Amino acid sequence: MRREPAHGLAQHLPVIFPGLMLTVFFIVPFGTMVLVSFFRRQQGGFYVPDFVLANYARFLTPFFGNVLAFSLYLAIAVAVVSLIVAVPFTYLIARSRRQTQVIWLVALLSILSLSEVIIGFAWSTLLSRTAGITNLLVRVGLMDAPKALVPGFGAVLTGMVYQAMPYAVLVLYPSMVRLDPTLTEAARTLGASPLKAFFTVVLPALRTTLIATLIMAFIFALGSYLLPQILGRPSHWTLSVLITDQALYQSNMPFAAAMAVFLVLVSLALVTLTMFVGKKLEA
Amino acid sequence: MERFLSRLYLALVGIFLAAPIVVVTGVSFNEKQNLAFPPQGFSFHWFAEIFVNPEWFRALVASVLLAITSAALAVAIALPLAWFLWRRVAPWARVFQLLGVAPFTLPPVITALGFLTFWATSGFYGQPWTAVIAHAIFFVTLPLVTLTLGFSSIDRSLTEAAATMGADDRTVFRTVVLPLILPYVVSGYAFAFVLSLNEYIVAYMTIGFVQETLPIKVFNALRYGYTPTMAAVSVLFVAVTATVFGLIARFGDLPKLMGAMSSKD
Repeated sequence: MRREPAHGLAQHLPVIFPGLMLTVFFIVPFGTMVLVSFFRRQQGGFYVPDFVLANYARFLTPFFGNVLAFSLYLAIAVAVVSLIVAVPFTYLIARSRRQTQVIWLVALLSILSLSEVIIGFAWSTLLSRTAGITNLLVRVGLMDAPKALVPGFGAVLTGMVYQAMPYAVLVLYPSMVRLDPTLTEAARTLGASPLKAFFTVVLPALRTTLIATLIMAFIFALGSYLLPQILGRPSHWTLSVLITDQALYQSNMPFAAAMAVFLVLVSLALVTLTMFVGKKLEA
Repeated sequence: MERFLSRLYLALVGIFLAAPIVVVTGVSFNEKQNLAFPPQGFSFHWFAEIFVNPEWFRALVASVLLAITSAALAVAIALPLAWFLWRRVAPWARVFQLLGVAPFTLPPVITALGFLTFWATSGFYGQPWTAVIAHAIFFVTLPLVTLTLGFSSIDRSLTEAAATMGADDRTVFRTVVLPLILPYVVSGYAFAFVLSLNEYIVAYMTIGFVQETLPIKVFNALRYGYTPTMAAVSVLFVAVTATVFGLIARFGDLPKLMGAMSSKD
């Protein structure tokens, strides 16, 4: 049965329900949010239709600038660390037996779909004074007394890398598996050490994927919401936390919406950049 | 040496991935209500608590119902769309494919806030079904991706043969396409189910003030102190999630589903 154009209502029927659902429940809410970002806030919690840019002007305050700068800095740190951990790891599983690959994939998918709440709780336990990893260090004599490693920037970074790493691995995995093994074999035959072959043959062959992974991990980290709250101090809160706080607790929907629109623009700019870089590298 | 180093690296990452889960599992078996590892005493008390304590049980039921219904709705949106894109030449319909992938690629807080403003404006804010729709749209990407992959793996000569023998579109779909696509429907559903079960922010912004799902309940409990029940819930979730993906791997080809080439051995 070849693909044919659809004719008449009957043949278009299957696309009507999905199209309607996605339009009504994605386009419309998104549009509502963009509209609200230009509305004026009314004292007492709600907002009135208007066209003001005041919500966007608030970005220029030092407080907002700090939160934005920290969010970007955290996302970059998470993306870079995740990539550094994930690249050799994915390379090694992609070269292992299929059975072993399946086990790792199940583990990674399980961690990937774990609730941020649970990841946050698990790490706050692991880094706590009473039940944490420092107890182990004390027992083997590396430390004098157990110590709380949470809350802190290190804890936030660790938790977020934990969350982003499986994601990075799963983006890298298809290209790593498809990578022609004869490439490295050729390098080895010509006398390169495995490590040298990895750096001079494998990584350059995958540069497009590597950049795509980096930017995807960055966007993923930019959206983090719970981990900075559970594992960090208020100074470690991100834009997502601020958006939720404004929307639910300060009842300032227009400002929250403006920040959300801004976050979308940043994400879209990065996605476009990824595609652009990808095209450029392929050319 | 080379072998040893790569094993060592895999082991280290493995420990990093497993450590928090191991500690939480230990804590969940503690006898007393304190945060201690290695556990002091051994008790299933905190697991029983999830089912006995009405607050935790209500959250569990709310989460499971939300996941079951929203995953079903997500598949109901994705299946006809993926089929249409595969069966028809309709470049304009790609727009819907893009829309289906968008919520998942944007930071989740965007979708959450979009739904919050939408439900608040339309006056339905707080109704339990609003979260079902929100999760279905948020996670429609997963069945859409698995189903698109599934359809692309169907050999078109099979459906052509059926059509030549006189089967109409409906019969071809029921007798040829559906059996071939079923594993992808199941895995798409499973992905959406598991992620919905674990999702926090969209659920929180749509029904958070009216109803507690398990992730919301755990976070609220985390704010106001500590109970080992949280650890027990976490262990339960990890177990359910790993079981679901284990089943997908058992009955489907997981490496292929994750984008590797078809079975090499």
